[in-house]
Amino acid sequence: MLVAGVDVGSTQTKAVVMTGDHEILGRGLCPTGARLAEAGQTAFNLALEESKFAEPDVSLVVGTGYGRFNIDFGDAQVTEISCHARGAVHLFPNTRSVLDIGGQDTKAIKVTADGQVVDFNMNDKCAAGTGRFLGAASDALELPLGELGPLAQTAKNPVKMTTTCTVFAESEILGWLAKGRRVEDVVMGVHQAIASRSVALLRRAGIEPEVTFTGGVTRNTAMVELISEMVGSEVNTNEESHYCGAIGAGLYALDQVLTGASAERGMP
Amino acid sequence: MTLTAGIDLGSSYTKVALVDEHGFIESTYMRKTGFHFADAAEESLRVALEQKDISRSDVDYIAGTGFGRYAAEISDLSITELTCHAYGTHRWLPEVRTVLDAGGQTVKALRIDEVGRVTAFRLNDKCAAGAGAFLQKTVEYLGYDITDIARLSENAQDPVTVSSVCTVFAESEIINHLAADRAVEDVCAGAVIALTGRAAQLVKRVKAEPPFGLTGGLASIKLLTDKLGEILGSPFAVPPDGLGAYAGAYGAALLAHQRLQKRTELVSA
Repeated sequence: MLVAGVDVGSTQTKAVVMTGDHEILGRGLCPTGARLAEAGQTAFNLALEESKFAEPDVSLVVGTGYGRFNIDFGDAQVTEISCHARGAVHLFPNTRSVLDIGGQDTKAIKVTADGQVVDFNMNDKCAAGTGRFLGAASDALELPLGELGPLAQTAKNPVKMTTTCTVFAESEILGWLAKGRRVEDVVMGVHQAIASRSVALLRRAGIEPEVTFTGGVTRNTAMVELISEMVGSEVNTNEESHYCGAIGAGLYALDQVLTGASAERGMP
Repeated sequence: MTLTAGIDLGSSYTKVALVDEHGFIESTYMRKTGFHFADAAEESLRVALEQKDISRSDVDYIAGTGFGRYAAEISDLSITELTCHAYGTHRWLPEVRTVLDAGGQTVKALRIDEVGRVTAFRLNDKCAAGAGAFLQKTVEYLGYDITDIARLSENAQDPVTVSSVCTVFAESEIINHLAADRAVEDVCAGAVIALTGRAAQLVKRVKAEPPFGLTGGLASIKLLTDKLGEILGSPFAVPPDGLGAYAGAYGAALLAHQRLQKRTELVSA
């Protein structure tokens, strides 16, 4: 028996196909773009392809993320807060705090041992301190996102970013370069700005170890190190962390198939 | 003839105005600022001069203003953009007591007195909500140029609603409206209306007193002027001949004339 979770995020769409034993057979990832439904289908198809199964083999699909209501093949929808919490506890059972840094939003979630949400905080009004800040750096410096982390790690004398707004950050980055600062020092300054904003959000929800870091920005090793440093202990991440929301959605799908309990739930 | 140049190095665009001693504009030029402020200043001045076959040696004084003014080494004098915007607007629209300057990354609300001095101001220093960068990105996404937005937004039938305050989130909302097949005109108008609401809040915070004036690159958008007037209960006047974007450069050039005159008086005294 197979289930799937599809996480249509603001920037990227992630999908996983998993078995009843929680084994992930396939993963799919694509940019979300403007057509949310298409992105959901594309990511789901990619996950199916890797799993070597077809759509009819999947018993239930749960959608999550900002575009969850746009995917027409989903059987149920669950908020990304619940899915990240569930996914994080599944990947790292001792998780009590979750930090998810996505493309446009950052969430700090306190969870119970069975993955239920106790409290959460998110940047619902302003994009400061989200992955989009890295996007601004990538645009301003004309460097691919994937190169920013390794570059930051070579910094010797990071700049201190003063702007909060993501729109202003792009100008500030170029302003630092115009003043003759080294690219790696500027990139590290951007990383520090995101990390400190995210950890402040986490503090507001209350940091309780272990802290699990989820979302696309987990692939950036400089950010993982910085957040660990600021939190004061190593944060959990692994290669599945990017798919954490989709994994949580898959687990909710599995609940529904196994127990008949509706995956649909109130906020969060 | 005495000739001065005002160079306004804005966060998005660099504007140059060449102005004679009567306040008449001889030439204007505008280009994207980019990140080499000194080059932007040099080149803008050069083109403004070439357009009217004026030689550089005919310029008696250069005043720089705007975000990048310290990097413009060609200036004889640098003046804050608040002072320049207030004075430039005052000379065009002497009756105006509250000016909203809507630029690419900065929005300024200024109270000015009867001689064009700033008495109070508010800036969007922490957040880009209400600034023009958002409209620029919207039209670029739609495949149009920023100069098309006035026309497009005026032809809207049923403007979309944009509820996010953050420019980054608002862009996503715009993209979703387009994905939902809303008309380009309705999306443009929705973007303009959203921006108007944010900008109007800034005006309210300076305890705005009419008559109102609107300057900056966005002053040419009629829908913006109309909506601002509606929200704040009194119409917004705009500078003549679509020169709204040059308020800072014009003010700088006029203040350069004042400086020159004072110097002449001192020398002859």
